[in-house]
Amino acid sequence: MKPVSTIRKAAVAAVAVALGGTALAGCGGSGGDQAADAKTVRLVSHDSFAVSKSVLKEFERSSGYKVQMVKGGDAGKAVNQAVLTKDNPQGDVFFGIDNTLLSRGLDEGLFTPYEAKGLSGVPDELQLDKAQHRVTPVDYGDICVNYDKAYFEKRDIAPPKTFGDLVKPQYKGLLVTENSATSSPGLAFQLGTIAEYGQDGWQGYWKKLKANGVEVVDGWEQAYYERFSGAGGGKGDKPLVVSYASSPPAEVMDKKPAPKEAPTGVATGTCFRQTEFAGLLKGAANEKGGKALLDFLISKKFQEDMPLQMFVNPVVEGAKVPELFTKYGQKIDDPKTVAPDEISRNREQWIKQWSSLVLK
Amino acid sequence: MVVARPEVEREAAGQGRDTAGRRATAARLALMALPFAFFVLFFAYPVATIVGRGLREGGSWRFGRAADVLADPDLLHVLWFTVWQAVASTALTLLIALPGAYVFARFEFPGKRLLRAVVTVPFVLPTVVVGSAFLALVGRGGLLDDLWGVRLDTSVRAILLAHVFFNYAVVVRTVGGLWGALDPRQEEAARVLGAGRFAAWRRVTLPALAPAVAAAALMVFLFTFTSFGIVQILGGPRFATLEVEIYRQTADFLDLPTAAVLTLLQFAAVLALLALHAWTVRRRESALKLVDASRTARRPRGAGQWALLWSTLGVIAVLLVLPLAVLVERSFAGPDGYGPVFYRALQAAAAADSTFTVPPLAALWNSLEYAVAATAIALVIGGLAAAALARRGGGRLVRGFDALLMLPLGVSAVTVGFGFLITLDEPPLDLRSSWWLVPLAQALVGVPFVVRTMLPVLRAVDGRLREAAAVLGAAPWQVWREVDLPLVRRALLIAAGFAFAVSLGEFGATVFIARPDRPTLPVAVARLLGRAGELNYGQAMALSTILMVVCAGALLALERVRTDRTGEF
Repeated sequence: MKPVSTIRKAAVAAVAVALGGTALAGCGGSGGDQAADAKTVRLVSHDSFAVSKSVLKEFERSSGYKVQMVKGGDAGKAVNQAVLTKDNPQGDVFFGIDNTLLSRGLDEGLFTPYEAKGLSGVPDELQLDKAQHRVTPVDYGDICVNYDKAYFEKRDIAPPKTFGDLVKPQYKGLLVTENSATSSPGLAFQLGTIAEYGQDGWQGYWKKLKANGVEVVDGWEQAYYERFSGAGGGKGDKPLVVSYASSPPAEVMDKKPAPKEAPTGVATGTCFRQTEFAGLLKGAANEKGGKALLDFLISKKFQEDMPLQMFVNPVVEGAKVPELFTKYGQKIDDPKTVAPDEISRNREQWIKQWSSLVLK
Repeated sequence: MVVARPEVEREAAGQGRDTAGRRATAARLALMALPFAFFVLFFAYPVATIVGRGLREGGSWRFGRAADVLADPDLLHVLWFTVWQAVASTALTLLIALPGAYVFARFEFPGKRLLRAVVTVPFVLPTVVVGSAFLALVGRGGLLDDLWGVRLDTSVRAILLAHVFFNYAVVVRTVGGLWGALDPRQEEAARVLGAGRFAAWRRVTLPALAPAVAAAALMVFLFTFTSFGIVQILGGPRFATLEVEIYRQTADFLDLPTAAVLTLLQFAAVLALLALHAWTVRRRESALKLVDASRTARRPRGAGQWALLWSTLGVIAVLLVLPLAVLVERSFAGPDGYGPVFYRALQAAAAADSTFTVPPLAALWNSLEYAVAATAIALVIGGLAAAALARRGGGRLVRGFDALLMLPLGVSAVTVGFGFLITLDEPPLDLRSSWWLVPLAQALVGVPFVVRTMLPVLRAVDGRLREAAAVLGAAPWQVWREVDLPLVRRALLIAAGFAFAVSLGEFGATVFIARPDRPTLPVAVARLLGRAGELNYGQAMALSTILMVVCAGALLALERVRTDRTGEF
């Protein structure tokens, strides 16, 4: 490995010299500030990561570390980037690997074990790597079928509640979902049906769903904004869509005056639970800072800030959930889930089977 | 008056001047050095590394994998669809846009500059936004559905129309740019000498125009062959191009072996295409008598010309302006009727206590900074490359170089992005979280535009002018300044406009490498679209409208600059 790397360095240096430094002369100025000094901790995450500036500042003040955020892209891409760059990680902590991808990260050895302070406040069923603490659970959220309340009220039909309902004739041609191969909500919905009907039954269920006119689009944006009739601003004509349990609260956020209830609801029997984890990246330049950052991610301060920033639920027991969630959201009592290593073993095969079953 | 065949002439003039020839070769190599280094470092090396990683396992090559992938019937289907839709899209785009190119080149009418800027806007908007706008127009429950029951969602027809929408400007600008600078008196002379109107056009104008048409067709074909966002949004999951498949295999499955094979396949297709293009261009190239475009355009005369103008304007209105108008309409359609509510929300976001919200002005500023840097890089690299390619002779080496410069258009952004991640990660070039990574990646896409826009004009410069200047004692750079620069000024500006606009709208690579604290407008739009809620959606539309206006403004400014004429002719 070493000699190759040296040759590579030499080659890169030679070409850089050949370039005469025209374009690169400025790099030092703009690019040098991310040097891995002990006072900076780098957080690698997906594009949905968000935190209140004031909460982040408080962490920076109390810990003495400056937080630098690295990368964007969606969750799956961010994990794959971390896998590709594991020999030379882009930062110290990775946030945003969920249970559908967890095994890939663990198998690749992305993380250094660390038991974060405050982990005792997290329920056991969310600690999917409890034996080794390579990852720390940070939040969870549910993928469920959302419905357009107005549509069903107008026609005086009860909205569906369970997977079983979705194949009934009164809901024929009403559901739009996402491509399992390209969309994480789409895959989560498929995993939900696998949890419900088992390895042997899920394909039969999807045959019925297909016969009942399920529409598949490639991404969540298209499904929700273009096809779903309940999305504010959207123009679709399908009253059922695979989305998040937190979508109804998001619909009323910042609405003035606050409406009595959300325009959309959640079919509580169709939910698949996604838990998101963070971990200390192996080879992190600033391990100490990374550990402090992990502690921060499950601190009460961050956990209570999170719901309105990322529209997910805190994992720490006793962390207050905002009124927006309790008033407009629905409590999911019995979410479906599939063990990460089982997902990792079968993922590709399941997606392939799903594709040839539903898309062809 | 027949257009000269310069190659014959040039060769005759070049006989017995070996030292001059050698000096010319040295000059060309010097010009090529920087672009070559740029492409090796920021394109060939990252892409080769990621492809290599896919094809190697445990230190040994696994070419058997290629056979497995290529034998997959699903893949053959993808391949067939990719080629088919690209051919159809290119033909349709040429059919619809060539009359437009003529109208923009030869007619003078009020609002022409504004319109020329407007038709270019679709090309540079992020596909997420345009796909949505387009769907709002031709999709189910869309405007045309409401009015006449016309709907084209998730069909091949919608994909083809959207490709025309996107690439109209490529044809209008590439072909129209040259067309406007062709001296119409040549055609008139042919007619005076007895040629019919069509014959004169076919024998005089068409051969002169052919390289530009070929260049435009090539670009449209490349864009549609590697189409990603449009196919994903309007095609639904049943239609996939090779590019979409590479993306899925890389970003979703991390199946690097399959992605590597597909990338090589796309490479091969693009190279074959470029070879074909180079061949046709070589056969047709001729030195042209170029004039100031503003002198060739005049008000339409006669019913036929007026009809052509109006029908072109009609096509532009329905196909290009309407989807953009839908976007604007949505940005103002608040929950309680029309109003600037989403724009106000964007403003409020500037003060909000969250790292998610991006103040629109900050995103705009990020976009502009990146775009200016990317344009500068693309102009230097592309300009040098075009100058090297335009010099006479050169043979295979130069042609290979020409193809190399076009390759970034044929390679998936995700391949380049992943390649950057695993190669530009060590000093002295640890650029992964450097500000420069974004403009460098954007410049990769901009350079081919610069080269393709400038090359036909540079090549068309009559070599005798340069020789005359040289004979009169001008140094090479003086020849360039006195002869070439005035002639290519316009092409340079068009190229700059393209590079700038492409950078502004670039999404695929930028989303990969932009630092989250410095999102560009397209990245900020995508972030907002990734969340539920009327407010988020409305803000995404408002931000898209801002992006649209900025693009149109930038392009319009360039339209103005170009009238600052040098008057050498």
